[in-house]
Amino acid sequence: MDLIHASLVFVWDSASDVLPIAIFLFAFQLFVIRERIPNFRQIVVGFVFVIVGLGLFLVGLEQSLFPLGRLMAQQLTDPAFLESVHGHVRESLVWQDFYWVYLFAAAIGFATTLAEPALMAVSIKANAVSGGTVGVWGLRVAVALGVGFGVALGCFRIITGLPLQYFIAAGYLVVIVQTTMAPKLIVPLAYDSGGVTTSTVTVPLITALGLGLAEAVPGRSPLLDGFGLVAFASLFPIISVLAYGQFAVLRGKK
Amino acid sequence: MKNSLIALSRDALFSLRDLAPIVFVIAVFQVFVVKQPVSGFWTLLVGGLLVVAGLAFFIFGLRIALFPIGENLAHALARKGSAFWLFTFSFVLGFGTTIAEPALLAVAEEAAEVAVGAGVIANDEAAIARYALGLRLVVALSVGVALMLGVFRILTNWSLPVMIIGGYVLVVIVTTVAPPEIVGVAYDSGGVTTSTVTVPLVTALGVGLASSLKGRNPMTDGFGLIAFASLTPILFVLLYGIVRQWT
Repeated sequence: MDLIHASLVFVWDSASDVLPIAIFLFAFQLFVIRERIPNFRQIVVGFVFVIVGLGLFLVGLEQSLFPLGRLMAQQLTDPAFLESVHGHVRESLVWQDFYWVYLFAAAIGFATTLAEPALMAVSIKANAVSGGTVGVWGLRVAVALGVGFGVALGCFRIITGLPLQYFIAAGYLVVIVQTTMAPKLIVPLAYDSGGVTTSTVTVPLITALGLGLAEAVPGRSPLLDGFGLVAFASLFPIISVLAYGQFAVLRGKK
Repeated sequence: MKNSLIALSRDALFSLRDLAPIVFVIAVFQVFVVKQPVSGFWTLLVGGLLVVAGLAFFIFGLRIALFPIGENLAHALARKGSAFWLFTFSFVLGFGTTIAEPALLAVAEEAAEVAVGAGVIANDEAAIARYALGLRLVVALSVGVALMLGVFRILTNWSLPVMIIGGYVLVVIVTTVAPPEIVGVAYDSGGVTTSTVTVPLVTALGVGLASSLKGRNPMTDGFGLIAFASLTPILFVLLYGIVRQWT
């Protein structure tokens, strides 16, 4: 019963997110474009699917993956767990001792990105527009690799306490160099993939990881150091998608 | 009808495949590393099935509603040839979808706590609410401006790399004068603004616009709108932090 109630609440929430957008689109179509909406019935049915789908998706995440993911982020960064694995006390932990955290960060960043609905939307579109040159699956794996690496590196930064902007500035330097060498076709898509990776599924899980980590490491404040993982997760996919483009060109030349 | 059912079940199979890695990662870490018992197996299973069904429904609805209406509007606006309505449309789409974004709400509240901790604002509810609301307005404004900039770029055919990289150079410069406590929040706000409903619409807008203009390639010119929407919030939030420091 609880589950049915929760589902209704989530569908209602997603309706209140989506309906204003739908109303705006319809109003624009009717009053500015002054044309009837083609396939109106199909569009309405589609919006219902979007609303119900998003609602069920979120309630399912809230019931299953999120609690588990958050719990694991807490457990992996728990000082007691770290001490039991390494046998030394909290104050003398060095950044190498957190290897389970890096591994988990990379794996969960990779896996959640593959399930990100916004990224699927962009991949479907890119595949159609490029006439199949950009593979749906290839693009998503490239983005997911970037997110996995980015989140792991972000954890390293939280643990060592190095300034965020150094990493970001260095990352963008790499992007600049790659942009000059990558095929023109892939550049806009790569820049976009930075923004689409971090939405419904990835953000809640990696935020929990960042906050847990900042609490566990001595000398870090969750408020000041817990942020920044999302920034890493949006930067590295740009690099990995540009690399995917460069790789595709290299393979084509052979 | 029959075709829709086939499409829907195909989407369901794909979502099953898309979610498998998460289940795998969590299961492996649970069994081999954390080694703690997991309670509520059935809740987890039902939750997992809801995620699969929900994702399949969403992708199906995306194909038959969000993509077509977004592109149709972009084509119609391009045919109309009115830059004013095109810019109005992109601004309202960006501002409207961002102001209600749940992820942004969460970040704004956390950012207000950071500001209290740094002594920028007083530790009372009214001041915190004002700060959080201000931040949300600034971010929503920045996404509206971003989509306008992106559409402007598609119309004028300016170089995307030059604009984006120029933007990030600006970000790096502004970071050096911004108060340190706002930096993490600002960099993260670039990532949280683009939601699951906005991204398909914005992509359809860009691609639709680029394919209805002469001499534009939808692949090289249609993408890039989201890149602007991830860049401008960083800049605007840093500036917000600087301004709030003085007042």
